[in-house]
Amino acid sequence: MFHPGAQRAATITTVVVGGTFGAACREGVTWAVPDLDQLPVATPAVNVVGAFLLGYLYVAVTHRLPGDPRGARLRLLLGTGFCGGFTTYSSLATDTVVLLDGSHTDLATIYVLTTLLLGAVATFAGIVVASRAHARIQPGQEETQQR
Amino acid sequence: MTLGIFLLLAVAGGLGAGTRFVVDGLISSKLTSALPWSTVIINTSGSLVLGAITGLVASSIAATDLGPVVGAGFLGGYTTFSTASHETVLLIQDRRYGIAFAYSVGTLVACVALAYAGYRWGASM
Repeated sequence: MFHPGAQRAATITTVVVGGTFGAACREGVTWAVPDLDQLPVATPAVNVVGAFLLGYLYVAVTHRLPGDPRGARLRLLLGTGFCGGFTTYSSLATDTVVLLDGSHTDLATIYVLTTLLLGAVATFAGIVVASRAHARIQPGQEETQQR
Repeated sequence: MTLGIFLLLAVAGGLGAGTRFVVDGLISSKLTSALPWSTVIINTSGSLVLGAITGLVASSIAATDLGPVVGAGFLGGYTTFSTASHETVLLIQDRRYGIAFAYSVGTLVACVALAYAGYRWGASM
């Protein structure tokens, strides 16, 4: 058995590894996707995609690996780590401040409200898609035709 | 941006995520509330500091290489949009519409206000 301290360190390391890849992917998207006029595109895109993935992940893990310690580790690696590191609230806030500071109040308002709304819709979509995809393989339902 | 800065930024993002996990654990163990206070505190504090760094870079006080590593890297990994969005949807699914609205709009307003305060402070230095 692992020492509790070592287990705690392993748990945090799992989050750090996921977060490192998440931040790297976010920076990659920031490089690849230029701003549209003054409107940032990369940050909202990353946030909405990450919101979908997190919604999908938690449902998929609950359905596929219920009570399995691998499920808990996947949540930490891909959820808290990757999705958390991939998405960012501080850049959303600071992007908005830069728009406000440049007197683009309308653009700033559209930017934050659209991100917030699309984020919630994407999370909900992730939950629904995962529920449908993984409900089909519940025990006792394999390969059965519904009539 | 060089490859070295990119790698530093990614590792800083991982450390930010690790810090978020530890801070979340500390706050969640002390507070039991329908409102996810730990995410509120994480996102508002990260927005305040990123606003300040962006202001300091704008006034040429902070180094332009250090800005992205600490800002997009550490604070980007520390703060999280996906968890905030997920917690909002869970509140909606629980039919706690008032708390869901207060949580999502409140976090947004607080984060932008604090980032603005930090930005003005940094830019005035």
